[in-house]
Amino acid sequence: MPRLLLFAPLALFAVLILFLWKGLSIDPRELPSALIDKSFPAFKVESLLAPERKLTMADLVGKPVLVNVWATWCPSCRKEHNQLLRIAQQNKIAIIGLNYKDNRAAATKWLVELGNPYQFNIYDESGMLGLDLGVYGAPETYLLDAQGIIRFRHVGVVTEQTWQELQTIMQSWENQ
Amino acid sequence: MLRFFIFLTLISFNSAYASIDTYEFKDADKQARFHELVADLRCPKCQNQNLADSNSAIAQDLRQKVYEMLGAEKSNIEIVDYMVARYGDFVLYEPRFNGQNAILWLGPFVLLIVGLAIVIYLTRQRSKKVINTTVESIELDKQQKQRLQKVLNKGKK
Repeated sequence: MPRLLLFAPLALFAVLILFLWKGLSIDPRELPSALIDKSFPAFKVESLLAPERKLTMADLVGKPVLVNVWATWCPSCRKEHNQLLRIAQQNKIAIIGLNYKDNRAAATKWLVELGNPYQFNIYDESGMLGLDLGVYGAPETYLLDAQGIIRFRHVGVVTEQTWQELQTIMQSWENQ
Repeated sequence: MLRFFIFLTLISFNSAYASIDTYEFKDADKQARFHELVADLRCPKCQNQNLADSNSAIAQDLRQKVYEMLGAEKSNIEIVDYMVARYGDFVLYEPRFNGQNAILWLGPFVLLIVGLAIVIYLTRQRSKKVINTTVESIELDKQQKQRLQKVLNKGKK
């Protein structure tokens, strides 16, 4: 027994290494959303391209949607734009834009120049809807189910890999 | 040249002031609470700064929100709950006790108790050993006692 006890420090060291190793692969900038499995916050905000139209929660429910938070001041948003266009082409899910703390003229120009993957855009100029949603920096992408419940949040550029991940979640709903 | 330098300093002062937003408070109590709250709430974007220190857009929005909520006579708890509901426990620089972080709160005490238990166990073991050895040396059988007596008597002669 005492001889086995001599290995205790080694065992402790191994446990420590395990935790530190795990820590290396965690991105501290990626925060869990506090709104997972909760309803998308209620809102009544203008549409970006049709200012006279007031968008509300009713526009998001009925079928699953992707809500993509973007802005023209956000370089990563430009990076993910082509991927969003590809997703829109596949017609598997509607993408709703949440134009976050942006300028209407610049945002409109952006959509004209780069293409418009969004069904419509919520024009959150003050950033208050973003605040209710727990947005801390664009781009962010939320997957909502047909009831408007937030099921998944992705922070950062949407890549092909992210899209695969999203599709897996959507498929698990169809199987239910 | 001198004028140019004065111009430069004026410009730099301007930009330094521009980044500080000004809030006006009705009473000193609210002002104190505001400073306390923005010092204890963490900026979600620039992670190692509190709301007071950060210049990011989101920190400005959150400061504004804190100010508005103070104006609306909300309590500190209501304001903090509002932030946690949106940004999670992450925004708290003074974390709350909950199931997820229980091990961090209680772990040190558990380790302390375990350590104390080990120390007590080891010291007891050791004192037992000492007692045992003294008892053994006292318990001599008849032959040993006689020998001891002989040895002791030798010295007397």
